[in-house]
Amino acid sequence: MSSSTVQSAWSGAPQRRTLQAESPRYGEKLIIGFLFLTAAISVGVTTAIVISLFQPLPGFFQEISIVEFFSETEWSPGYTDPKFGVWPVVVGTFIVVITAMLVAVPLGLLSAIYLSEYAPNRVRKSIKPVLEVLEGIPTVATGLFAFFWLRPFLEYLTPWLPWSGIFSTGVAGFAVGLIIIPLIASVADDAMRSVPRALREGAYALGASKMRVALRVVVPAAISGIIAAFVLGASRAVGETMIVLLVAGAGSPSLSFNPFEATQTMTAYIASRATGEIAVGSIVYDTIFAVGSLLFLITLIFNMIAIRFVERFREVYD
Amino acid sequence: MSSSTPRSSMRSAAAVAGARSTVNSQFQSKDAWAEVGRALFVGVMIAALSVAIVAIFAILAWAFVEGRTRIDLDLLTNGPSTVNRATAGYSVAIAGTLQIIAGVVALIVPLGAGAAIYLEQFADRTKWYNRLIELNIQNLAGVPSIVFGILGLAFFVRGPFSWGFVAAAGSATIALLVLPTVILASREAIRAVPSSILEGSLALGVTRWQAVRKQVLPAAFPGILTGIILAISRAIGEAAPLLLVGALTFVTFYPNFFDGGFSALPVLIYNYAGRAQEEFQILAAAGVLLMLVILLAINSVAIWLRARYERTW
Repeated sequence: MSSSTVQSAWSGAPQRRTLQAESPRYGEKLIIGFLFLTAAISVGVTTAIVISLFQPLPGFFQEISIVEFFSETEWSPGYTDPKFGVWPVVVGTFIVVITAMLVAVPLGLLSAIYLSEYAPNRVRKSIKPVLEVLEGIPTVATGLFAFFWLRPFLEYLTPWLPWSGIFSTGVAGFAVGLIIIPLIASVADDAMRSVPRALREGAYALGASKMRVALRVVVPAAISGIIAAFVLGASRAVGETMIVLLVAGAGSPSLSFNPFEATQTMTAYIASRATGEIAVGSIVYDTIFAVGSLLFLITLIFNMIAIRFVERFREVYD
Repeated sequence: MSSSTPRSSMRSAAAVAGARSTVNSQFQSKDAWAEVGRALFVGVMIAALSVAIVAIFAILAWAFVEGRTRIDLDLLTNGPSTVNRATAGYSVAIAGTLQIIAGVVALIVPLGAGAAIYLEQFADRTKWYNRLIELNIQNLAGVPSIVFGILGLAFFVRGPFSWGFVAAAGSATIALLVLPTVILASREAIRAVPSSILEGSLALGVTRWQAVRKQVLPAAFPGILTGIILAISRAIGEAAPLLLVGALTFVTFYPNFFDGGFSALPVLIYNYAGRAQEEFQILAAAGVLLMLVILLAINSVAIWLRARYERTW
């Protein structure tokens, strides 16, 4: 806006002026367009994931019937008499996930209740970064620790249990549980802290003890956020690779429910198969993509459920 | 309503005493077991929290005890070797990790910050495509890392880009993997800047982009930087997707970004750990210790940054 227009406006000259910018500012439109592109790239990434996973599938399911894939109970691609039933790796995955959740749900929830309801501000401020550090420890480090120290140590403590071999699905699940405690604790803590003070104070006014307020008022009020924390934890456990690869090892090709033995999970199968010597485009190579698609779909469902629950607790108390 | 007559002061004293005894009978627990139960509950919570903290120290202690004989300069300067097992090291893998990190930073800084700025400041939430982008980023943050490895294998190693098993493929794969966390952290940082600052700027007649660039971004910068540093620390420790883009090969030479095999610190640790000779297992533990020390240093910088520049508006 030049000084002459200001003057003429002040001198009362009849001049129509709008609130629109005088220059079209193409440069800024370009910048905003670029910013939009950077955000839109994430959609491109998802599309690329879906393409890379699903593109080999038609060829794969022409060779292996989808019925066999979901009904056969033996998974032995690359063997002399290959069987392509996906259940053993799916069951192996869920044994790990269930063990991990048995460890992480109580420990994560109790930690969250303590952090949100009991801990003095100073303690909370120093513990949160420590939990973040645990979440950031590379899983290959946790896996080696569990394989070289934790599993032999547990066998030494409990020699009467039916340990067999050097691998253990149960210990793998325990180690995965350890690394998802911080995730569950921090999401559940956020949910409980967003419960309004008035609810707590109302309960105190009725004479409830602190423990009763925490367990009967705050936890139920934050339940959707807490469930979101559990689902996110489970989704992380489904996708965990290095710990499972190191500690649960490569299991038998048939169904196994024994936590003291080796089992193969979906992620460990993909990792070990992709690093082995296999011909590109062979049916064994395509199993990577078939198992990967299943893994992607399972975690996608878990994530959608978690996002739903998170949105619900935001809507209620914001 | 207080009065000075002795009768009414006596009456109010009686009322206070009565109220106090009622309150006491209501609030003080009648049986000692409830008291014990509450104390026990606090104890159980603290025990639960300490499991996580003990785990960190146990991992550090194990790596130190197991790998202590190999904490030397060879660890940093020597490459992998099956012949000189007692002096083999991680130099080649460290070089690979540094190249990967350089590529990751070059990609995630513009993409992560750009997407966060767009979503927080320019996106119209009522438009379907903006909601799609948001939902998509939330979902992408939960996709297992090994699936990103499959993406890298199908798109960067083969397929459209066909770079082969090179450091560039590993770098691009890891960058896409950590991108959602950078975007989410940067959005938090931008959202924490009060809108009054933006609005004050706009009221002075600047355009929205000028207000964002000169006011909002400088205020959000420490938060965005913290997000990027945490993403780098995650990128250093990530092994699973690199297994699929070829980092497991036992390379003994320094990698070239677009040519020839490469390795990375966590993948070489895994490689060593899987070998039968005891020297390699000790070397793997020493590598874990090296990696954890680097990561703790990086994380401390991030935590310090956040504490130093945390502002309450």
